[in-house]
Amino acid sequence: MSDKIRSEDVFGLARFYRFQWEEAQNGYVLLFPEGMVKLNGGAGEVVKRLDGAKTVGQIVDELKQAFPDALEIENDIYAMLELAHDKYWIERKTNA
Amino acid sequence: MTNTGSNAKPMPSADATVKLIPKPFWLLAEVTYRCPLHCAFCYNPTDYVEHTQNELSTEQWISVLREARKMGALQLGISGGEPLLRDDIEEIVAEAGRLGYYSNLITSGVGLTEKRLAEFKRGGLDHIQLSMHDITKEINNFITDTNTFDLKKKVAGMIKDYGYPMVLNVVIHRYNIEHLGEILEMADAIGADYVELANTQYYGWSLLNRSQLMPTREQLVKAEAVTNEFRARVGSRMKIYFVVPDYYADRPKKCMNGWGEVFMIVTADGTVLPCHSARSLPNMEFPNIRNGASLEWTWNESPAFTKYRGDDWMKEPCRSCPEKEKDLGGCRCQTFLLTGDAEGADPVCSLSPHHDIILQAIEDAKNPLLASQPILFRNDKNSKLIAEGALKELVAPFHSLP
Repeated sequence: MSDKIRSEDVFGLARFYRFQWEEAQNGYVLLFPEGMVKLNGGAGEVVKRLDGAKTVGQIVDELKQAFPDALEIENDIYAMLELAHDKYWIERKTNA
Repeated sequence: MTNTGSNAKPMPSADATVKLIPKPFWLLAEVTYRCPLHCAFCYNPTDYVEHTQNELSTEQWISVLREARKMGALQLGISGGEPLLRDDIEEIVAEAGRLGYYSNLITSGVGLTEKRLAEFKRGGLDHIQLSMHDITKEINNFITDTNTFDLKKKVAGMIKDYGYPMVLNVVIHRYNIEHLGEILEMADAIGADYVELANTQYYGWSLLNRSQLMPTREQLVKAEAVTNEFRARVGSRMKIYFVVPDYYADRPKKCMNGWGEVFMIVTADGTVLPCHSARSLPNMEFPNIRNGASLEWTWNESPAFTKYRGDDWMKEPCRSCPEKEKDLGGCRCQTFLLTGDAEGADPVCSLSPHHDIILQAIEDAKNPLLASQPILFRNDKNSKLIAEGALKELVAPFHSLP
């Protein structure tokens, strides 16, 4: 059901979703009516950059710079975005 | 505050979400038991009139919010009764906003005005969950024992106009279950983003009215099919949660996601509970913040919150059950109310030696004589009668006051 994530895609948080750092959880959480999700560190780093302006390609570059030692980072990011999109946490802001 | 930036730490795997650490994530503030509606299925205690005096003050609520937030509470439900009967909800909402809660007002819509909505928006309220009852004026007004049908439609429009997600809660029972398709159409027409179809759970008033409210298994199966068809048709536009009624399940629900695991409820009079109906349990003393109990102590150490946390308390058949982690033996309150033993298996479970009680309740709901008994609506008059010990015959089948 998911369509392919492309490097020119631009994502933002889905409507009504809130993303914030939780000190008590030592991590990022996504909040929405009827639920919440705690994101692991990597997922949090990706979602944090979804500002409705940057393309996926730009985010990949940014994260590669921020985490130069992380292997397979590009695949991880695409997998994370696919999961988040399937679960309606994020939505496409523009279609390039 | 975050761990990003110039340091070259390897990025953790981005492929999955991780499990939550047990903390009182959800704080439910039952700010009042007063309510303009008189719903037959209300889960509030039947003797709620005893708890309508001595409501916590605004300052006390604000200190509850602060303390709970420090302990890691994140989701805040402001509920009741009808919370809008208090005129300080704006202040409570604003404090919740400042503290970073994700806050939800759970309301019948009675008392919601443009002015209050604007204040809630300014204060940072995240969403409003509106109860809806039926597509027909007749059933709405009958089951709530009020004339609120037109008001609810108007309020729904206002919530939408203020840019809030439209979250509807529909309690399902015999009188509306056959209209589920139409109810979902209505929800879609008013632009609902989330719809919770909550099959009645039998606590409080709904337990007293069980024979009159419980749908048949056939009705339930049909309702689920209607819901699934609708879901497939609307796709992601509207998210629909269908809360399965436990009486028709083989295994009990994991009540409150575990005793003292996630939920903390502070009631109108300051009593702190691990679940809505915990007052019906015997030999329990629940801390009250009016008596100086701290939430930290209450959650972490009080005998009431530790009593059924985890599974040390379990007896057979639960103790050796391979599924015990899945449901933690079900609901303590339901088990006590129906069987008189708070530590037994939830009678909903087909492995419970008391499962026949549930089967009998299902039979009773089909018995035209019982099903046609008058409904006891939730109102002050009836609550007083119950608190005074009248209506004994209604309460007699249960091991404590529902």
